[in-house]
Amino acid sequence: MGRKLLTEHVNVEGIETFAVYRKHGGYRAVEKALKMTPEEVVEEVKKSGLRGRGGAGFPTGMKWSFLAKPEGVPRYLVCNADESEPGTFKDRYLMSKLPHLLIEGMIAGSYALGARTSYIYIRGELLYVLRILEKAIAEAYAAGFLGENIQGSGYSLDLHVHPGGGAYICGEETALLESLEGKRGNPRNKPPFPAVQGLYARPTVVNNVESIAAVVPILNMGGDEYAKIGIGKSTGTKLISACGHLNKPGIYEIELGVPVEEFIYSDEYCGGIWKGRELKAVVAGGSSVPILPKELILKTAAGENRLMTYESLSDGGFVTGTMLGSGGFIAMDETTCIVKNTWNFSRFYHHESCGQCSPCREGTGWLEKVLHRLEHGHGSMHDIDLVVSVAKQIEGNTICPLGEAAAWPVAAAVRHFRDEFEWHVTHPKEATQPGAVYRGNLVMA
Amino acid sequence: MAKITFDGIEVEVPDGTTILNAARKIGGSVVPPAMCYYTPLKGSGGKCRACLVRVAAGSAKDPRPMPKLVASCITTVQDGMVVENTTSQQVMDVRKGIVEMLLINHPLDCPVCDQAGECDLQNFAYEHGVSTTRYEEERRTFEKIDIGPYVQLHMTRCILCYRCVYTADQLTDGRVHGVLGRGDASEIGTYIENTISNDFSGNVIDVCPVGALTDKTFRFKQRVWFTKPVNAHRDCGHEKCTGHVTLWYKGKDVLRVTARKDEYGEVKEWICNECRFEKKETADWTIEGPAHIDRSSVISANHYELPVINPQVIADLPESTVRELEQNPPLKLGGPNGTSF
Repeated sequence: MGRKLLTEHVNVEGIETFAVYRKHGGYRAVEKALKMTPEEVVEEVKKSGLRGRGGAGFPTGMKWSFLAKPEGVPRYLVCNADESEPGTFKDRYLMSKLPHLLIEGMIAGSYALGARTSYIYIRGELLYVLRILEKAIAEAYAAGFLGENIQGSGYSLDLHVHPGGGAYICGEETALLESLEGKRGNPRNKPPFPAVQGLYARPTVVNNVESIAAVVPILNMGGDEYAKIGIGKSTGTKLISACGHLNKPGIYEIELGVPVEEFIYSDEYCGGIWKGRELKAVVAGGSSVPILPKELILKTAAGENRLMTYESLSDGGFVTGTMLGSGGFIAMDETTCIVKNTWNFSRFYHHESCGQCSPCREGTGWLEKVLHRLEHGHGSMHDIDLVVSVAKQIEGNTICPLGEAAAWPVAAAVRHFRDEFEWHVTHPKEATQPGAVYRGNLVMA
Repeated sequence: MAKITFDGIEVEVPDGTTILNAARKIGGSVVPPAMCYYTPLKGSGGKCRACLVRVAAGSAKDPRPMPKLVASCITTVQDGMVVENTTSQQVMDVRKGIVEMLLINHPLDCPVCDQAGECDLQNFAYEHGVSTTRYEEERRTFEKIDIGPYVQLHMTRCILCYRCVYTADQLTDGRVHGVLGRGDASEIGTYIENTISNDFSGNVIDVCPVGALTDKTFRFKQRVWFTKPVNAHRDCGHEKCTGHVTLWYKGKDVLRVTARKDEYGEVKEWICNECRFEKKETADWTIEGPAHIDRSSVISANHYELPVINPQVIADLPESTVRELEQNPPLKLGGPNGTSF
């Protein structure tokens, strides 16, 4: 049984209230941080080896140390709680169950960065979570952990929670900052990076909910201790939101390094594929990462066991690998139509593209339309190459990573399941029957 | 000052200059196309991705290449940077893709479009595009909306470069139009059909790279290649208006008034709506003489100029580089007297 650092007390009755959270060791990390210098807190996070939990996996401590610190200029810490990637639902859970954990992490992080005002930008649809957070923030103010002169330390912090308008693109850090400033949520061109010119053109750090929450156990146990958990450069624990055709879908806190096979099949985690069916494919880190067939998700191309770590999952690059991403683990059994699934992902990215730069604005729509045709039996062999070519035209040429997010799943699906796409072209009648799925040469209804 | 090598040609530019402006200093056909960048408009650029270039070496300090192509209009130069534009096959291929993307929803209605002959997208597609399309799906169309007496909006032709939005933001006292919607359903519009009536609003016509915003007082009056551009000025009482314009004549009639554009299609001297829409008599103006016709303009038919590299840049090049360029020209270079390398 792996250690639980974030979700240890998640099932305690009333843990969302300040009193109960405090009784279970809450806000100790803040008290500890306030006795250290901000630089020491940053150093502690650096030592922990914590990597961004929002998807990119950039070392959090390093990100914090990049923050520009001009004299007399405010700095901001912004928490990215705009979780909207299909398959990812860990932050929502963490915030609704343990709002004080996030607030505690925000206070410690803001202190480390020298921020006097910080923001939690929450996805607009999560209204009930917003209410929970607002209540928790009010409790923290009342208890003297927010506001002027926190716990007599001389450090003051204001924390605001801001609901977004319901756009996936506002989860991209610069679009989030634009939206927070009250503008249209279009990503900014980088450079300048937010660490130099972020919110209101001031130095800003944008971190995922889980990254900020992880600061609490890091401070409590010490960075070195935290770094002992996990494997290599993937340290600590990670929340994985598992969904799809699993016996026990849900949110699991795993120690990084658990073998993928164990995660899917062991009773401690997902308990295998439902109804005794075969696993067909897995999207390991939210819908934007490349899909992998069963044989490549359980073992790398070199035949080694795949582990739930940043390095192991990306072993093989984009040819035979994928990414840990945000931890949105989607398992698909043998009855899944990959073409339909890919079309569904494409629909999402088409709908969510902000429309600012041409390759993504036009390309995502093009991908969706061609995949729609393929799925509905009107495609041609040429269309299969076309979607790969269009995906290639989008990838790497856009302002923000949404272009890649739209292109990778399509390119990977065609790479690994080309025969299924071809079957949709050669057997349109069979492919469009309700529930028909390609299994080698068999059609299974 | 920073020294960069652009397509094999060295040029020295002040720190903080963008790659695109460094290329413009060189001039000629090494200059990347730009559909959304507009020098006088702060914040413009980076959207159309037409000017993507490859940075083969980041700087003298860190000579690693940049992992992705970068938008030259918003990327500042570093000393020792090596940039590839026309010399990179990757850049050329990507540009083909960008043209293809832009032409997905931009209708090819050039025969009935007022912008024909002075359209940036026509030039861009001609230079970098392919003659066929792979797009078979339905294309996006919009309901026509009326945005006032002077400016005609054809949303189907819009390529969402945001230039008109920045113009309205930075030039006029109150912006009433902007981008509504998201993705390929985004559209330029006035919220709940406002009228764009600001006295500087006509400038959005000049900045539009395509035929999405056209002059209602000139619509369908004449093809641009049958008109004669003449520079003129008047003493306009408006505090922001420079009064420096180009009059477009057909015979004795002034059909259209526009602000003056430079060789990159950019307006540096803005004009007010009174000069643009109300003053269409020769008597209103002091004529300066024929306007210089840009080499890419259709009016310059049979009077083509070669794209010319800035002679000053050539003079500063080492002899060996000039010889190298003579033997392996990356493109057709025009010398100071029109002689090719």
